[in-house]
Amino acid sequence: MSAVLDEIDRRLLRLLREEAGQSAGALGRRVGLSQPATWRRIRRLEEAGVIRGRRLKLDPAALGFGVTVFLGVKIGLRGRVKLEDFERAVTAIPEVQLVEHVLGLYDYRLRVVARDLSDFERVLRRRIMTLPGIGDVEANVLLTEERRPGPL
Amino acid sequence: MLDDEDRRILRQLQAEPTLTMPELAERARVTPARAARRVEKLEAAGVIRGREVVIDWAALGWRVHVSLRITVEKSAPRALDELIAAARKVPEVIEIQTFLGRVDLRLALVARDMAHYQALYRDRILTLPHIADIEALLTIATIRDADALPL
Repeated sequence: MSAVLDEIDRRLLRLLREEAGQSAGALGRRVGLSQPATWRRIRRLEEAGVIRGRRLKLDPAALGFGVTVFLGVKIGLRGRVKLEDFERAVTAIPEVQLVEHVLGLYDYRLRVVARDLSDFERVLRRRIMTLPGIGDVEANVLLTEERRPGPL
Repeated sequence: MLDDEDRRILRQLQAEPTLTMPELAERARVTPARAARRVEKLEAAGVIRGREVVIDWAALGWRVHVSLRITVEKSAPRALDELIAAARKVPEVIEIQTFLGRVDLRLALVARDMAHYQALYRDRILTLPHIADIEALLTIATIRDADALPL
């Protein structure tokens, strides 16, 4: 079953994606609801799993992380390597922010953050290329990124 | 410049953005007043840009997630800009990224099911301008999506 949203839910979600730190009162004023009614709606969206969680938005460059690289990874020696072993090892690397199991040209998509290109090279050589089952790796350096509102 | 105290506060807040100031202060081993001041300073400096909710598109019925990796036709001078502007008009596109590498552009697309994806791909994606080549990666499972920095 998928959650069904009305127009007010959609507006709330759009506002919360921009800034989740707003109080229920402030949000309510923008969508024309009372503070308790807004709070109840947010609770319902959380309980339905529509809001999966909250995230702190940090400026990576201000914290010294100047490079983000996306890797397409193929798993070699199929059958002899357990995907669970690869997944366990890759999720233990602090610089790896995202791991997706995908179907297509690659088996996994990784998002890796590093201080600069030489730091990225260190992560790639020491941590990525030593992963169990690692095969071909393709790297693309992120230049710009924008999150869209999506079909809300 | 950030010191160890800032880093401790950011680490705790990054792991749990909904912490109250007293909880944050306790975990970062500072007084609540000091934690509040530090957070305010980090916000003013733009290190903390804010907080956002993470939406589970699958819970809303958007179960198919595809990464479209696009190579851009380089003949037109403003090809990439025009392609991005057109992609912004497709509501099902939830992320737009540009790259240095073999791939120029990635669009993250959500669809209700495979039939819907097929329709979107045919009617909204293949009709975008200046596309030289597209490769699709279908997400089977998200193993980690922390988006956290190793502070």
